[in-house]
Amino acid sequence: MATARTHHPIVRITHWVNAIALTIMVGSGLRIFNAYPAFARRGETFCCYPFEHKAIPRIFTFGGWLAGARNWHFAMMWVLFVNGLVYLTFIYLHGEWRDVVPRKSFPRDAWAMMSYYLFIRKRHPVQGKYNALQRGTYFILPVIGAVAVISGIAIWKPVQLQWLADLMGGYVWARYWHFLSMVVLVALSAIHIFMVFAVDPQALKSITIGGYDESKSPEARNARPFYHLFARSRPKDDLHPSLAPTEAFQIPPRPPTDTDTGEKS
Amino acid sequence: MSLDRRGFLIVSGSTLSSALIAACDSRGPQGAERLLRYAERKNEVVERALFRHTAMDAPIAGSRLAGSALPSYFIAKTVPVWDESQRGPWTLEVSGMVDRPLKLTLDELQKLPRTTERVNHYCVEGWTAVEEWTGCRVRELARLAGIQRGARYVDFQSFDDDYHESWDIESAMHSQTVIAYGLDGRMLGPPHGAPARVFSPVKLGYKNTKYLTRIAFLPDRNGGYWSDQGYEWYGGV
Repeated sequence: MATARTHHPIVRITHWVNAIALTIMVGSGLRIFNAYPAFARRGETFCCYPFEHKAIPRIFTFGGWLAGARNWHFAMMWVLFVNGLVYLTFIYLHGEWRDVVPRKSFPRDAWAMMSYYLFIRKRHPVQGKYNALQRGTYFILPVIGAVAVISGIAIWKPVQLQWLADLMGGYVWARYWHFLSMVVLVALSAIHIFMVFAVDPQALKSITIGGYDESKSPEARNARPFYHLFARSRPKDDLHPSLAPTEAFQIPPRPPTDTDTGEKS
Repeated sequence: MSLDRRGFLIVSGSTLSSALIAACDSRGPQGAERLLRYAERKNEVVERALFRHTAMDAPIAGSRLAGSALPSYFIAKTVPVWDESQRGPWTLEVSGMVDRPLKLTLDELQKLPRTTERVNHYCVEGWTAVEEWTGCRVRELARLAGIQRGARYVDFQSFDDDYHESWDIESAMHSQTVIAYGLDGRMLGPPHGAPARVFSPVKLGYKNTKYLTRIAFLPDRNGGYWSDQGYEWYGGV
């Protein structure tokens, strides 16, 4: 299991290509959105967006102006799309999909993990490469990504690929699903980045240069967010069973020998 | 902990580099500019391959006409109005690679086969509006003028300063591409391109030249007001 928790180079590369491409896609997408920060068709109203005609702060946008943002968006979409295909094909062929597809026990495992984070449960649940919440997240991300891609194609070609726009409920709704899928992706990414720094900073190593010290995993350290900062105040009782001091691991006191007695001058 | 730090440095390095990438826009470094141009050309290939003459736009059920909610865009300082006392009667010229160049008055244009269709208006900004356009198909004008074989592009020119946009011939020949003189059952008013304009749901709004004066069939593309500034030349929907 110690080697299982590190990431294959292809996963590491696609992860960072994805991180950069997605950042540019979100930034340029928000700049495009700002050209008409609403969903309503002209002369109509839209039910389901409370911030109609309120622009996104410029700091979160990318591309400078509408044409620049559109050019970035329509260029980077291919990088994101091909990168996503490479990742999905790889994890399918190489077996990593087993780490992310939820198992039958998912609801129970997810609840166990939640109750652990909420201090209801004392010990970190036993996990494989990912805990149940990670598993669910890493599974749902490509699904949301697919929604973003399909709704994106629908608003790119609503006439030539009208069936796709119709599938989304028309152009206005396709635009809404595209926006909403972005919001979900950004929210999950924010939680993901927070958890890396708060619970498992070592994951930064395994996703960049590779390698993972199993004895420092959140499971072994029984770590909740930021808990590693308070390691010294951690009650002994909270330690994972595998790390708790037992009789077998006690170093027995060394019996006195002849050479030990009074030889020092 | 030193390994954590190393990992952290790598991540902060890559974050910093992506921030640097983020600091330039399409008018930024030459390399980025070239890359974006390349992507635009490749996207055009994809878009032209997707184009079908049989793909028809239709507003979704239950949508309302935009009517007065339709914004009015032009590049001149004030609404361009054709002044007959100064310029004489307005005519629409159909010229370039044609066997029989035409010069049509508004009356003559209205006598040509007429079509009325309710379609979506797709603006590059992201909004759409439902409008009902009445006019003559560009396809019909091309037939009357007798376009030559080598005419692969069409330039739609206007009297709104030097506004024009050139199109691929396929999009111009789409049956929903019309030279419109009527909007929502009335004669087109100056805010929306009177006396006549090109309108098609298969192109983004900015490709649809208003205040039309000349339709030129060309062997090569001729850019356009917005496409010369960085918007996609193809601008297909």
